[in-house]
Amino acid sequence: MNAALRRMSGLLSAYYAYMTAYRAELILWALANSLPFILMGAWYQAAENGGYGFSGVEVARYFLAVFVVRQLTVVWVIWEFDQDVQRGRLSQYLLQPVDPAWRYIAAHLSERVARLPFSALIIALFFLLFPPARFVPHASDLLLALVFASLAFALRFAMQYTLALFALWTERASSLEGLMFILYLVLSGAIAPLEVFPDALRAAVLWTPFPYFIWVPARLLSGGVDVDLVQAALVCLGWITLFVVLNRVVWRRGLKRHSAMGA
Amino acid sequence: MARLLRILRCYWSTSLQAELEYRSNFVVQAIGSSLALAGSIFALSLFYRGAGFPGWTFEEGLVVQGLYSAFAGAIACLLSPNLSRIVQHVEAGTLDFVLLKPIDAQLTLSLRVLSPWGVPDLLFGIGVIAYGAWHAPAREGSVMLAIVAAGFGAIIIYGMWFLVATTSVWFTKIYNATEVLRGLLDAGRFPMAAYPAAYRFVFTFVVPVAFLTTVPAELLLGRGQPAMLLGAAGLALLLLVASRAFWRFALKSYTGASG
Repeated sequence: MNAALRRMSGLLSAYYAYMTAYRAELILWALANSLPFILMGAWYQAAENGGYGFSGVEVARYFLAVFVVRQLTVVWVIWEFDQDVQRGRLSQYLLQPVDPAWRYIAAHLSERVARLPFSALIIALFFLLFPPARFVPHASDLLLALVFASLAFALRFAMQYTLALFALWTERASSLEGLMFILYLVLSGAIAPLEVFPDALRAAVLWTPFPYFIWVPARLLSGGVDVDLVQAALVCLGWITLFVVLNRVVWRRGLKRHSAMGA
Repeated sequence: MARLLRILRCYWSTSLQAELEYRSNFVVQAIGSSLALAGSIFALSLFYRGAGFPGWTFEEGLVVQGLYSAFAGAIACLLSPNLSRIVQHVEAGTLDFVLLKPIDAQLTLSLRVLSPWGVPDLLFGIGVIAYGAWHAPAREGSVMLAIVAAGFGAIIIYGMWFLVATTSVWFTKIYNATEVLRGLLDAGRFPMAAYPAAYRFVFTFVVPVAFLTTVPAELLLGRGQPAMLLGAAGLALLLLVASRAFWRFALKSYTGASG
């Protein structure tokens, strides 16, 4: 156990150093995530025109929370894994006594920390430009939101890493993620808070993994009360378990089939 | 001119042949395009569960969505495969070979590759435009003016994209800068009437997304003033000249991969 912890902390500090070397890229990635702010404008206007039962300022807070949650839960393992298979780096990783999954997890976690200052800067700038939306979440809301954001990250990572493993067969799994990403955008609450979905649709969507990526943590962060926490936690944990098990099965099968490039 | 066309035909037929090695990818792309389109029509319908965009019916909103989708297709066909290569050229030092060829370098860099993967988006987009325009309230629209406006829109986005990509001569790694631009283009999914005044200002004068989708849609639906066309033409010309001047300026400080 101790050895495992030591390994993980070694990986984490190595990847943190690596990530900070790309500071300029990190700030561009943070800026590239402008979709929440664009939709914030459209939904702010729609809420002000009336008919939805929430105010423009509430919308602004929700989409700011969407931005924060997306910064905390970005996952790109499928592109990394594709490259590692194509360029043969995976073969080197396999020779080392650490499952490659831990490398990817360490890279993702340390990137989050490296990105934090830039996200904070953007939030501060936003509050400066639009003072009415300023708010401080309650400590309990913040804690809950962080717990659910962590679950969201775990779920998204497990799901994408499972899809990524198909690169062991096809060498190009990232096109699958392209399809998944569209569902993710539409159903997760990234383009519209789930409250505006038709009721039957919202009830159905709540059984899929998607709303747990953004809507649940963002709602909690922006002070929402209309989330059934028990159901959310159970459904979310259920999906995580399913994908982790699936991941291990596919990983064993894929490894048997895997032969390095050029072999 | 005839020589240029011949070269262009060689460029495009070779790049198409290279891409068509991945034929099965086409099915994935077509599924992706239809999913994306369904998703954005769903998003539009959510706005119309409330009051909708002031002054725009749902069908008129569809025309804007269709234009966005068609632009996304055109970008995937021509713009992003070419201009993302500028970055690679600078990084790998192969920009030298492009510069040495006896043909204008900006032209080669901008039109070298034609990729078929944007075609589904382009076709679906045109379909949605036609459907929306057909069902929109009848006014005196002009297809010709709309096409001209969309052409100016295409030049505007090319100019912006080329300006950003050219900065890679100094900064080398600029993949993400074009991602920032691509992200901002998402604002073109909705007519400008959907946004608060501050956003409209930004999307007209800072990142002129308004000229891509809203202006052509308004002309097609017969609700725009021809003055907007003049603005679009001026901006297109300005960006074209600026991209040219900036490229020449950048080349002055280009020293090859080892410099």
